[in-house]
Amino acid sequence: MVKMNLLQAINNALDIAMAENDRVICFGEDVGSFGGVFRATSHLQERYGRERCFNTPLVEQGIIGFANGLAAQGSVPVAEIQFADYIFPAFDQIVNESAKFRYRSGNLFNVGGLTIRTPYGGGIAGGLYHSQSPEAYFAHTPGLKIVVPRNPHQAKGLLLAAIRDPNPVIFFEPKRIYRASVGLVPEEDYQLPLGVAEVVREGSDITLLAWGAQMEMVEKAAEMAEHQGVSCELIDLRTIAPWDVETVAASVKKTGRLLITHEAPLTGGFAGEIAATIQQHCFLHLESPIARVTGLDTPYPLAHEKEYLPDHLKVFEALMASVHF
Amino acid sequence: MSTFNPEQVVHRPEFIRGDELSIPTLCLVQQDGTPYDGAELPVLEQAKALRIYQAMVRTRVLDERMLAAQRQGRLSFYMQSTGEEATTVGFAAALEDDDMIMAQYREQGALVYRGFSLDEFMNQLFSNELDYGKGRQMPIHYGSAKLHYMTISSPLATQIPQATGYAYGQKLAGYKRCTVAVFGEGAASEGDFHAALNMAAVLKVPVIFLCRNNGYAISTPSSEQFAADGIAPRALGYRMHAIRVDGNDLLAVYGAMMEARKLAVERNEPVLVETMSYRLAAHSSSDDPSGYRSKKEEAKWREKDPLSRFRNWLVAQQWWSLEQDEKLFADEREQVLRTLKEAEHRPVCRLDELITDVYDEPTPQLKQQLEALKAHIRKYPDAYPKTAGRLDHG
Repeated sequence: MVKMNLLQAINNALDIAMAENDRVICFGEDVGSFGGVFRATSHLQERYGRERCFNTPLVEQGIIGFANGLAAQGSVPVAEIQFADYIFPAFDQIVNESAKFRYRSGNLFNVGGLTIRTPYGGGIAGGLYHSQSPEAYFAHTPGLKIVVPRNPHQAKGLLLAAIRDPNPVIFFEPKRIYRASVGLVPEEDYQLPLGVAEVVREGSDITLLAWGAQMEMVEKAAEMAEHQGVSCELIDLRTIAPWDVETVAASVKKTGRLLITHEAPLTGGFAGEIAATIQQHCFLHLESPIARVTGLDTPYPLAHEKEYLPDHLKVFEALMASVHF
Repeated sequence: MSTFNPEQVVHRPEFIRGDELSIPTLCLVQQDGTPYDGAELPVLEQAKALRIYQAMVRTRVLDERMLAAQRQGRLSFYMQSTGEEATTVGFAAALEDDDMIMAQYREQGALVYRGFSLDEFMNQLFSNELDYGKGRQMPIHYGSAKLHYMTISSPLATQIPQATGYAYGQKLAGYKRCTVAVFGEGAASEGDFHAALNMAAVLKVPVIFLCRNNGYAISTPSSEQFAADGIAPRALGYRMHAIRVDGNDLLAVYGAMMEARKLAVERNEPVLVETMSYRLAAHSSSDDPSGYRSKKEEAKWREKDPLSRFRNWLVAQQWWSLEQDEKLFADEREQVLRTLKEAEHRPVCRLDELITDVYDEPTPQLKQQLEALKAHIRKYPDAYPKTAGRLDHG
């Protein structure tokens, strides 16, 4: 085990994947010798050459279009979109092409080798265009897998699984904790399963569900609740699509309550999908309405970022309200 | 790298003018089949020339008959390539069989040339259980892994940057192959076109961008599509090879594509080929060109029919006769009608195929949704006649 931050864990996973399979190719804006604006691809060009790790022109639709073609050819592209806020020029290539390649061709062709890495989320004073969490747009599209790690151990194991998964995967990296999240990570190759949620802590009064950077808020809120004698069960969803209904439903049947939190706006956010599904599965077990703690239905602000964010205090208030419903 | 060149400085504002650039068009054979004076014809042996012509005839006949079948209500949609057969068959004939073709939607000629059978066409057109696409896409969205022909996708121009990526993969794997992206002049307005050319030039990729400039994007004439002298000059801005070709002249298309392939494969460089032609038919079976262009204009282009031009050349070589021609057309019509009848009565594929290929394996959610749907169909079998009787045994 080695101490790594989340970025180093990602870099380590890319290094392992590229060493193991020479068809793995990393590219994107500033990804080459500079190593990416966050340094996630540091030293990869040095080790694997300019043909396998390179800068692209500034054109997101081109990056993903190119990646789709590479993947259809049998290569294993790991494309970086520099900020998740800038994934939208590539939206058509992702939702109409990557997601549907296998289905529309009757499995004659597929882009299963494709992985798209992109830093998402707020808390970095990034304002409207460096803070968004666009996972729900993609969760609405069948054919994509969407993965969000919460710490270095997960980042390495989930990214290796994403690269090797035979489906296109969007890997959203919580940039607020890129360097802040530090932990022990096995040096060797390992994978964590996609589509499987992790019960981080067991509890009996309420289930708190989150993913990525938001897990930190949930953990803090759960500690506050513990002092009030409330026992929280914490679940990290890890994969947004396809998501692990079974684990979440089993937990809610046990605790009788569910709180979901994400940074993205409330309306149309993925918490709504989870709430609808869980009330269907667990209606007779629920002791209170399913609670959602999310960003506001505004663009992501700059000066009022702290107010906007669903922090541990908001989570704490909502969970206590659920418990005392 | 572009740099400021101190030897090329001026001291008053002089503008480079786009309208001063004019690109010539390669024309080799006249309509009566006689080569132009000084025309350098590509080497094309008899057997291959006849295979090309037969593919052009089959494409023409297929288009005529299937449009008629659409008008009779036998299939929902069709797109003809009438007038562009020299381009779509000619480019494919210049390629090696395992070069990848990533077409737009009007390139059935290339598939015919590569040997996609009439049955295979019909199965897709009628979305029956033998359709490789499992009944998921509209008619004319063909694909064949065996023939290295990427399944057609409706969104315009998306295949162009994909071709750049595909060709990059071929280069990295060390294959002496190229990829050809085919698209219309309308698609060249999309961002994907510019992304693809720029990336291909920067990354030195063996890809050929083949623009079929056929005058119209549905109803929008090319004069409302771009202000420039066609599409070919755009390549120069990306520092890329470009050539403009008479798209109704089979030998010109074939010759230009042979040279383009050589540049792409031997030098790992992208090439842009613009073929000047005309979409004689409607955009699709849902379109009516009388609303936006004159019969006179169409008649003018009908006189430049690529089939008759190439046939005249073949007859002049004494490789073909009008008697043979008549028989070929009659045989093709008979075969098209026979395969059409066989395909249109085949059932659609199993309902289970509704949820396969979304992911490599159906998710638990998808399996549940399918079971719920089956239960519903069992309850109301009369409302779902295509599938109600075949739920269990497939």
